[in-house]
Amino acid sequence: MASEPETPAAAAANQFAATPLEQWKIVKETIAKTVFLAMTLVLVAPLVGILAILLVKAWPALSLAFVLENPKHYMTQGGIWAPLVGTFFLVLGSLLAAAPVGVLAGVYLNEYARDNWFTRIINLAVVNLAGVPSIVHALFGVGAFVLAANMGRSLMAACCTLAVMTLPVIITSTREALASVPMSFREACWNLGATRWQTIRTIVLPNSISGILTGVILQVSRAAGETAPILFTGAVFFVPVADHGWESFFPYGPGDRCMALSMHLFTLVTQVSGVSDETQYGTAVVLIGLVLVVNSLSIGLRGYLRSQKRW
Amino acid sequence: MEAHIRFHNLTVRYGAKPALRDISLEIPRRRILGIIGPANAGKTTLLKCINRTIDFVPSASVGGRVEVDGQDVFRIRNVYRLRRRIGMVFPLPVGLPLSVYENVAYAPRRAGVRDRAELDELVEKCLRQAMLWDEVKDRLDLLGTKLSGGQQQRLTLARALSHRPEILCLDEFSIAIDPVTTMKIEDILRELKNEMTIVLVTNLVQQARRLADRTAFVSDSRLIEVDETETIFTRPANRLTERYVNGDFG
Repeated sequence: MASEPETPAAAAANQFAATPLEQWKIVKETIAKTVFLAMTLVLVAPLVGILAILLVKAWPALSLAFVLENPKHYMTQGGIWAPLVGTFFLVLGSLLAAAPVGVLAGVYLNEYARDNWFTRIINLAVVNLAGVPSIVHALFGVGAFVLAANMGRSLMAACCTLAVMTLPVIITSTREALASVPMSFREACWNLGATRWQTIRTIVLPNSISGILTGVILQVSRAAGETAPILFTGAVFFVPVADHGWESFFPYGPGDRCMALSMHLFTLVTQVSGVSDETQYGTAVVLIGLVLVVNSLSIGLRGYLRSQKRW
Repeated sequence: MEAHIRFHNLTVRYGAKPALRDISLEIPRRRILGIIGPANAGKTTLLKCINRTIDFVPSASVGGRVEVDGQDVFRIRNVYRLRRRIGMVFPLPVGLPLSVYENVAYAPRRAGVRDRAELDELVEKCLRQAMLWDEVKDRLDLLGTKLSGGQQQRLTLARALSHRPEILCLDEFSIAIDPVTTMKIEDILRELKNEMTIVLVTNLVQQARRLADRTAFVSDSRLIEVDETETIFTRPANRLTERYVNGDFG
């Protein structure tokens, strides 16, 4: 066909015809996209699967009464109110202890600390602390809070142990949030005669608060799910708790031992005979549901605060 | 002529790399000193030593002295007071993530000005001096970061003027500003000279020639020559200076 003269339209179309090299490029692009998509699906599939199985198995047990009733008859009947409240107070207490310390330490490390051996040791400690297994935190909690600080096995000691566990992650996420504020903003403020604190208060914190809050809130789900740190420091299999009235909302004092959802689930599955499958799965669904709700809240909050972001 | 700023054998190193070598220079009060020189010559470092923002460069080590009004700046305990007397405009425009109004009111507020009318007046005056007022007067609550690059640069200038400095340091202030507006700002700088000492770092050699009373030529972290601007541009003592102002290297 080479002898036939090309029409202008054919010549124009020919301009964009793929050469072999470009065809190979397109094939590679397709392969890359497929692999990335496959990995994403591999990631999502187990999560969806777990949730589906849990929900199906737990469905008969799930009701408002299940959430609001206390466990009865050696936990074979009734609901999960007492451990649910216990988890709430454990998480609240640990955050009240860890968030201020962690955030303020993060601000110091990112905004004030100079790069010297002292800062480097602290950084190393923070990184390593984040990698310590939770059972080791538990033993530390027994030594430090239960025994040395003389708190005994109590809600307070369990909160402190959880706080120590979440602290390094809060520090790290705070530092990252602060570091995402461009250095040029700080320099502009310093050039205007602002102190470091004025700069932090007026420019750095307002523009990093979304990241800081996200980091803190994500620790809620971690503290709610952990069993090991509270196992030896304050959580117990069973505490008799008021069924009605305001006492059922505040069943544990700071010095009392308490129940917790994660611990309760562990007990139901391994320690008590005669618990129906629905109850076990129902407890798991509430625990996971709690975590998902908190995480969604944090994502929503981050989205909202980002929309307020100003550069 | 009385010296407002005086450098005595100033040497600055970033790590092992020298940024300024043995600079001795006097800047007379209420005059414009132009500083010209090729990239990486140390011009910006020189400015950072005046208001001591060099402190924020962790690797920097400083030798020698910088005096403002006869005071060694590196011995001043209340460095914020020093910085409030110096307006600084850097080449990359940085609008703070605040409204246009709050950008300009930032320094006065930090210095304790609370009176709304006083702030209003100050903000308008500074924005006018930076030739930005007409463009933003109807949207003072717009975020400073949303302005265009040239507008942000003028915003930076307005902000630098907002604490009524005695010294104004300009580092390539006109890089993103159109020529017409640049000329208008240059006129304003000539007026401001009656109130403050201006240090003008510029890559536009002709801008130094138009504005500066005296001009310093810096190259390879050394002060090559400083003299009356006319002399620098017509009869420079140094061959290097002559080549630079004539555009032969740089």
